[in-house]
Amino acid sequence: MPEPKQPEKLIDEKGLRIDGRRLDQLRPLKLEVGLLDKADGSAYIEQGKNKILVAVYGPREAHPKHIAMPERAVIRCRYHMAPFSVDERKSPAPSRREMELSKVIRESLEPVVLTDLYPRTTIDVFIEVLQSDGGSRCAGITAASLALADAGIPMKELVAACAVGKIQGKMALDLSDAEDKYGDADLPVALVPNMGLVTLLQMDGNLTTAEFEQGLSMAMEACKTIHSMQRETLKKKYATIKDAVEEREEPEIVA
Amino acid sequence: MAKLEQKTVVDLVTKGKRIDERGLESYRPIQIQVGLIEKANGSAQVFLGKSKVLAGIKVETGEPFPDTPEEGVLTVNVELVPLASPSFEMGPPSEAAIELSRVVDRGIRESKAVDLKSLVIQKGKKVQVVYVDVYVLDHDGNLIDAASMAALAALANSKVAKMEMKGDEVIAKGGQHQLPLNNHPVAVTFAKIDKTIVVDPSLEEEQVMSARLTVTIDKNGHLCAMQKGGLYGFTPDELKRAVHLAVAKAAENRAKIMAAAKG
Repeated sequence: MPEPKQPEKLIDEKGLRIDGRRLDQLRPLKLEVGLLDKADGSAYIEQGKNKILVAVYGPREAHPKHIAMPERAVIRCRYHMAPFSVDERKSPAPSRREMELSKVIRESLEPVVLTDLYPRTTIDVFIEVLQSDGGSRCAGITAASLALADAGIPMKELVAACAVGKIQGKMALDLSDAEDKYGDADLPVALVPNMGLVTLLQMDGNLTTAEFEQGLSMAMEACKTIHSMQRETLKKKYATIKDAVEEREEPEIVA
Repeated sequence: MAKLEQKTVVDLVTKGKRIDERGLESYRPIQIQVGLIEKANGSAQVFLGKSKVLAGIKVETGEPFPDTPEEGVLTVNVELVPLASPSFEMGPPSEAAIELSRVVDRGIRESKAVDLKSLVIQKGKKVQVVYVDVYVLDHDGNLIDAASMAALAALANSKVAKMEMKGDEVIAKGGQHQLPLNNHPVAVTFAKIDKTIVVDPSLEEEQVMSARLTVTIDKNGHLCAMQKGGLYGFTPDELKRAVHLAVAKAAENRAKIMAAAKG
């Protein structure tokens, strides 16, 4: 797939973006949980063109043994992009970018997981980006915290994430690929809404301190919106299970 | 680190004091020497308290990336050399080493510190490649700031040969010039210990911190890179205060770095 050409303008005269969004508007977001059979928990997210699948395994026995911690579970995380997920094929070997993102994503989830309940175990979070668009690390976090919840792992709260950026000198929510590439700055944020805690924060590009503050509050608002969608997704799953149980006919008791 | 030691560090910080008697917003003493490595185009050694790093710049001829035919190439790498700490292991770079490299790289790249356009010898064919290699020699905490300072000082200390094309070959024109820099990014790192934020954490403080934040500020006082690390997080107010403090601290440190780089 050839790369799309650089757009002339990222914001038009009406203040709308290439895909027709306002500056404070999220891309269409779709969340699902429990779609993988073998994993202890799983989730799927579509955010713009991002298509990301997350599986959680654990808590399970630590392998190799020496990574185990006597007083808590160890969370391991792999953020990985499929070779076909980007314009030009990506080598399947993990890149330095993927290694860094795996680390910061793990650190964004650690604060909410009650790891001290499961000493000497590991909880593995596998994030596979099947198709990537702007903001894939944030979409990965949103889905990963759903997958952890789907695995039934006790957590203080769900983590929601969203990036803001600067395009044509204006702060804009949830950048797409082209906006990220031709924009002036990117600011991914993960938030634990009820704790008021920012657990992922990265930035590249050029921002004034005022733009940073504006961007941070835009991202936090968006995280709250995403957080309520995460809750709905989980509730829907349990409602479906409840209905299925209630509809099931009472088995006849044969004497 | 022993539990008792950890408690001492945390207790002190909650009282507004630090184990090495600094203020919460003070850096350890910074010492910078440049030009120690004659075979490098530029070099700088930075002591940040007892942390010690050495940056060397090598400039070589190479090819540009296909998507940036009118720019030279910049690569930044930070090595956690095993001699620097009992916790550094031989073998492929750890996650921590990769993060450190990428955070230092991000500051330099995103602030457009190196004037890459000036490094083109023949458009699309031959450019100069700037390798920034930072060697961590003694790890006593806050390697991000130490490595970033060393990288900037070494870049500012770098001389490059003038090159030209003769037929198909790249030859030296004779003479050297200062590697042109457009910006001077400075990283400022904070640690959250209990509910207190301190600047420039030492190794003991890093061992008890719950989260870490790096804010890289360019010469215009704008943000050019940020990175949160560690197993906990920051409140929005803590982040805003840290960003404002980073602007002030970066300006102080930048003056030291650039003065030292002039030699």
